[in-house]
Amino acid sequence: MALDSKIPAGPIETKWTDHKFKLKLVNPANKRKYTVIVVGTGLAGGSAAASLAELGYNVLAFSFHESPRRAHSIAAQGGINAAKNYQNDGDSVHRLFYDTLKGGDYRAREANVHRLAEVSGNIIDQCVAQGVPFAREYGGLLDNRSFGGAQVSRTFYAKGQTGQQLLLGAYSAMNKQIHEGAVKFFPRHEMLDLVVIDGKAKGIVTRELNTGEIKSWAADAVLIATGGYGNVFFLSTNAMYSNATAAWRAHKKGAFFANPCFTQIHPTCIPVSSEHQSKLTLMSESLRNDGRVWVPKKAGDDRPANQIPEAERDYYLERLYPSFGNLVPRDVASRRAKEMCDKGHGVGSTKLAVYLDFSDAIKRLGKSVVEERYGNLFDMYKQITGENPYEIPMRIYPAVHYTMGGLWVDYNLQSNVPGLFVLGEANFSDHGANRLGASALMQGLADGYFVIPYTLGDYLATVGASKLTTDHEAFKKSEAEVKEVTKKLLAIKGKTTVDEFHKKLGHIMWDYVGMARNEKGLKHAIAEIQKIREEFWKDVMVPGSETEFNQELEKAHRVADFIELGELMAIDALERNESCGGHFREEFQTEDGEAQRDDEKYAYVAAWEFKGVGAKPELHKENLTFEYVKPSQRSYK
Amino acid sequence: MMNITLKVWRQKSCNSQGAFATYGVEGVSPDMSFLEMLDMLNERLIKKGEEPIAFDHDCREGICGTCSMVINGRPHGPIKGVTTCQLHMRSFSDGDTIVIEPFRAKAFPVIKDLVVDRSSFERIMVAGGYVSVRTGNAQDANALPIGKHEADEAFNAAACIGCGACVASCKNSSAMLFVGAKVSQYALLPQGQPERKQRVLNMVAAMDFEGFGNCSNTGACEATCPKGIDLPHIARLNREYIAATLS
Repeated sequence: MALDSKIPAGPIETKWTDHKFKLKLVNPANKRKYTVIVVGTGLAGGSAAASLAELGYNVLAFSFHESPRRAHSIAAQGGINAAKNYQNDGDSVHRLFYDTLKGGDYRAREANVHRLAEVSGNIIDQCVAQGVPFAREYGGLLDNRSFGGAQVSRTFYAKGQTGQQLLLGAYSAMNKQIHEGAVKFFPRHEMLDLVVIDGKAKGIVTRELNTGEIKSWAADAVLIATGGYGNVFFLSTNAMYSNATAAWRAHKKGAFFANPCFTQIHPTCIPVSSEHQSKLTLMSESLRNDGRVWVPKKAGDDRPANQIPEAERDYYLERLYPSFGNLVPRDVASRRAKEMCDKGHGVGSTKLAVYLDFSDAIKRLGKSVVEERYGNLFDMYKQITGENPYEIPMRIYPAVHYTMGGLWVDYNLQSNVPGLFVLGEANFSDHGANRLGASALMQGLADGYFVIPYTLGDYLATVGASKLTTDHEAFKKSEAEVKEVTKKLLAIKGKTTVDEFHKKLGHIMWDYVGMARNEKGLKHAIAEIQKIREEFWKDVMVPGSETEFNQELEKAHRVADFIELGELMAIDALERNESCGGHFREEFQTEDGEAQRDDEKYAYVAAWEFKGVGAKPELHKENLTFEYVKPSQRSYK
Repeated sequence: MMNITLKVWRQKSCNSQGAFATYGVEGVSPDMSFLEMLDMLNERLIKKGEEPIAFDHDCREGICGTCSMVINGRPHGPIKGVTTCQLHMRSFSDGDTIVIEPFRAKAFPVIKDLVVDRSSFERIMVAGGYVSVRTGNAQDANALPIGKHEADEAFNAAACIGCGACVASCKNSSAMLFVGAKVSQYALLPQGQPERKQRVLNMVAAMDFEGFGNCSNTGACEATCPKGIDLPHIARLNREYIAATLS
């Protein structure tokens, strides 16, 4: 099947403006005739639900959380990028576009990234109008900080809680629409199937988590904004409930999954302490503005950090990348940390950590300034590790954090299944093979506030309002399938818990489909994951029943999907015989150990079509063309 | 390694009778988080064919506001300024008995075991926790300078994570710290002015309707709040309410 990205013609600066004019509109009086389902109400889904309801559509919004405010967008710490150039340091739409495309190692669409940069400024305006309390200078104007992969200060922030404040902004906008009856919000409802009728997405099937009730919902379009799939690795910085089920079930109903192997490993996380660990904690990359990363020069040096003299420390990022120093992009910083530890320079009891040292910053700025900037992060670190980072350098290690891959969408955010739109981290669109810091919040809100309100109308105006109800047999069939899978999970009554399977999968993923991959390891991983899948369906132990609040059952559904998705990630990584961004194949690296792209063969989006569990998925390619930025070897030296 | 005894509130559903059950948990590492200790117990219960303990949690880094238990009589446990998910077993000693209950309030009915229904908070927010602004055409962000002091104060109020510990700690199950934080945030900012009076009236009406009690002025909420939301926000809520009623 040919993939049509629907990128508008014309110069890149005017593509979006021209396209908006050409999109069909739905008459204001007709909007109320359309029902739109929004699954997931974090930054992308919440902002979309609010904006679409404002326009006049009937919005049904679903979350497996008790409240939209619990969505994992809330955990984003450092900030949100916007090309405002308030600092007069040379920023522009074109520079943000360039930085994001380059940061993504030239595996994103130029047109999408440019649009993202264009609307970035509006996002800040919108959020300030909503009462989002961004950090300000004494003169009352907005403050900025700098972030990895950029040489300008374009990141807006609210202490270390930017995601929380932006999410609460979208949540408040959505609450207003709930108040007015334009959004109907269904908490603790998990989407377990997508209903496709005559090739178009026409509804979903949900399980109400409090009671176990399976229910169908019909609509004219379905929006999925359910975040990423980092929890495939079991240990990640994602929240415990974050899962891929809505996206994966849509994939099984025909939506292509793009670039699944593009996962981001974040460099500044608190290291794993032992086997009982349930999740990893990220500390904002903004720490790298003032913290200096180092390891002992001598491998195996066991002395405590403060007993290692300055001359015996290797500030390896500053040494290797003099111009970007500690602010190289995430993939580079992560890979170098792994390399240092692999060579025996790791620190701490597990030796899987490097130091992030604030002593110079405290000397230069004073403790109070450092506290003002990073106080909550320092407190969090101390609470988890029992060590005081004002006195002892932090220990950090990379952890799975974000997934650039996701359901394939065209320029209009529509998947290959008409009527199914995908927003935020759940789609694959804007970050290529590596996302820059402070760009996830930007993309989630761009999709929800500034893209989907325009592009959805065009689809609805084209297909017209449908009179379908959930009486249609397709809904009955989906409900029956969901019930059958649920019953099957409960009936196995095996000996292995859901978490045990999840951890087993996570180990395989981290060891073979993690920070560095190779052909042999990936083939091994695929075979192992297939074994895990078979064992899971023979031996999983899910207590309780389907007609009650049952957290193990919820997890079982999600882990079953993670296992299938994990296999696809390995298949995709194996197929891509190059290194790019977060996808590092050991066979393909430059002499300096940087990712070696192969633009001739792999400048494409890999969109996979589901062909059945265990069957080989079919690859569809969308070729990427670069007219405005010439792909080059990324250099941060 | 430590051995811990837990007394945990077990309740099958909203309408059933609950009771404490006692569990011995052996081999607890001081570096485990409190919730990881519960994960370990749950894995053991499942293996024994028993029902695991239902509890709410998600981000496990103290920001989503989902975790919600009362530990030894204190919402979020013994350490000031942290949520349950950030509590580590090094805060306890070998041989300790720990009592775990759900957040208890009329407006927070139990769903199962330690999981409660906090949708009453949602309804308060829906009643007025927003600035009415349409998407798309806001003026340039820097066209509205806001003094650093007001901006910081508004941020401090906005730091509320909506966990409900304030309600669980209050003998009147009052939600005034929660409501006061949101009312404060918008009352302090120029963006909140047009709807200032109607907002506080609507939110207080919703709060009363849900069955939350009045402020007892004992400050248990402030002492319990994991995000350091303080009593002056309740004072501001009262002032805003009186001003809105009288004018």
